[in-house]
Amino acid sequence: MAIDLNTLKIPGPTITAQTKPFWDASAEGRLTIQHCEDCGKAIFYPRPICPHCWSKRLLWKDASGRGRLKSFSEVHKPGHPGWLPAAPYVVGLVELVEGSTMLSFILAGTRPLQIGAMLLFAPTAIGGRVLPAFKPVEPGQEEKPK
Amino acid sequence: MSRSKGSIVGIGELKPQRLTQGVTTLQMIAEVSRLAVLDAGLEPAAIDGLLVGPQVGETPQHVPATIAEYLGLAPTMANVVDLGGASGAGMVWRAAAAIEAGMCETVLCVLANNREETAPRSPNRNPIREFDVPFGASGANISYALLMQAHMAEYGSTAPDFAAIAAAALANAQLNPDAIFYGKVADVDAVLASPMIASPLHLLEIVMPVAGGEAVVVTSADRARSLRKPPVHLLGAGEKVTHRAVSQAPSLTSGPLKSAMARAFHQSGTDADAMDLLSLYDCYTIMVATTVEDAGLCAPGQFGAWLCDHDLSHKGDKPLNTHGGQLGFGQPDLAGGMTHVVEAVRQLRGEAGERQIGKAGLALVTGNGATMSEATALVLGAA
Repeated sequence: MAIDLNTLKIPGPTITAQTKPFWDASAEGRLTIQHCEDCGKAIFYPRPICPHCWSKRLLWKDASGRGRLKSFSEVHKPGHPGWLPAAPYVVGLVELVEGSTMLSFILAGTRPLQIGAMLLFAPTAIGGRVLPAFKPVEPGQEEKPK
Repeated sequence: MSRSKGSIVGIGELKPQRLTQGVTTLQMIAEVSRLAVLDAGLEPAAIDGLLVGPQVGETPQHVPATIAEYLGLAPTMANVVDLGGASGAGMVWRAAAAIEAGMCETVLCVLANNREETAPRSPNRNPIREFDVPFGASGANISYALLMQAHMAEYGSTAPDFAAIAAAALANAQLNPDAIFYGKVADVDAVLASPMIASPLHLLEIVMPVAGGEAVVVTSADRARSLRKPPVHLLGAGEKVTHRAVSQAPSLTSGPLKSAMARAFHQSGTDADAMDLLSLYDCYTIMVATTVEDAGLCAPGQFGAWLCDHDLSHKGDKPLNTHGGQLGFGQPDLAGGMTHVVEAVRQLRGEAGERQIGKAGLALVTGNGATMSEATALVLGAA
């Protein structure tokens, strides 16, 4: 990347009381998502009720930070002009091993990106705040035992 | 006593507050919807119709899809009712009418509002703004690029397969002097040579925004008989809304149009192969590819071979978007979807002039909103 992503003048998240735990964790370099105590499913993005069973018994839990790339795009003409200095850059859909999917910024790896690639949570300073970005698992990179 | 037109079976209400602090309208909608569905003794999955108010400010567009996604619903009828203080009552009869029309069985009618001391700086405060935009994913181009990349990976479809859709649209536009691409053809190579916008989407695979307008008048079949033009009849309709943000899409390679088209075919007693005209929503090439597959015109992943086997022009065996589609005609914002209705009516009336198709008895019209999220299908028939 030719430029420092942290210098971008871009719109940040519109944080609410409901979503604050997610962004607070992100700022600390953690990925935390809601889990439903009734149906057991992981939830992304944060909500007051589980979108699967409408239970209100939701708990915040740190996610494993591992996911699979469901799709990606190399963006040449960004929709927001603030991103122009970073173009081309890659955004992707990350299916967390917990089951929910989020859109994220995908950091460049050493190999061309492919759908199905395993990704790791990589908190990154972008536009003046730490965002929950992801990076590809490199060949030969051992997964650290928990 | 006259026959009941429908029954209210559940209610929900939130305790009024003078002011809310950092609470969104969406959160309140979730809370009160849950109360009403619990009161009815129903499972959330029983809700297949959704009527909502215009959430001015927080979510200016795609309101039903945003709310359906938030609630985990996939309604087969979704609408905004915008009648001010009459909206609540207005929702009740519309729900009954939609049920009577066979579009759904159980409708959630919900209105809520927050009341914050300070209004937010940006009017759009919904999840797509909070969880997509900060990562550099503003606008529809990136969302459809993600859908297209997924199709290529799953089925091995190629860039020329998709480019052929744009080339066909621009070729058809050459018979529509009103089209923005009239006089400007592009073959597959030219489409692929146009600038990359968001891989794998090239510029000519994306609609050009234009100013414009479209309108239609609908009346009863009885009344239609006495009017001056040959009527075009609505024979079947289907609708489905599954999500708003591409990250929440239940599938990246098949969309809610699949179910909407199936209902429209069922209601009309037709199928995709019986259509004389395909008037398919085409904001991007990937949208046509997925619609052709979801309609059952070919097997999933096989649209490229299907395109090679068929002639999509007005003289062809599968006329598709004879007005040039939005890819060739231009997209006058929300009116762009109506161009597919207007062209179908023209063809079914036999008024399409130089581009008139031969047999013109049945047409499939599709509409698509957000990121392959909001789907409506119509089967129209000539008089």
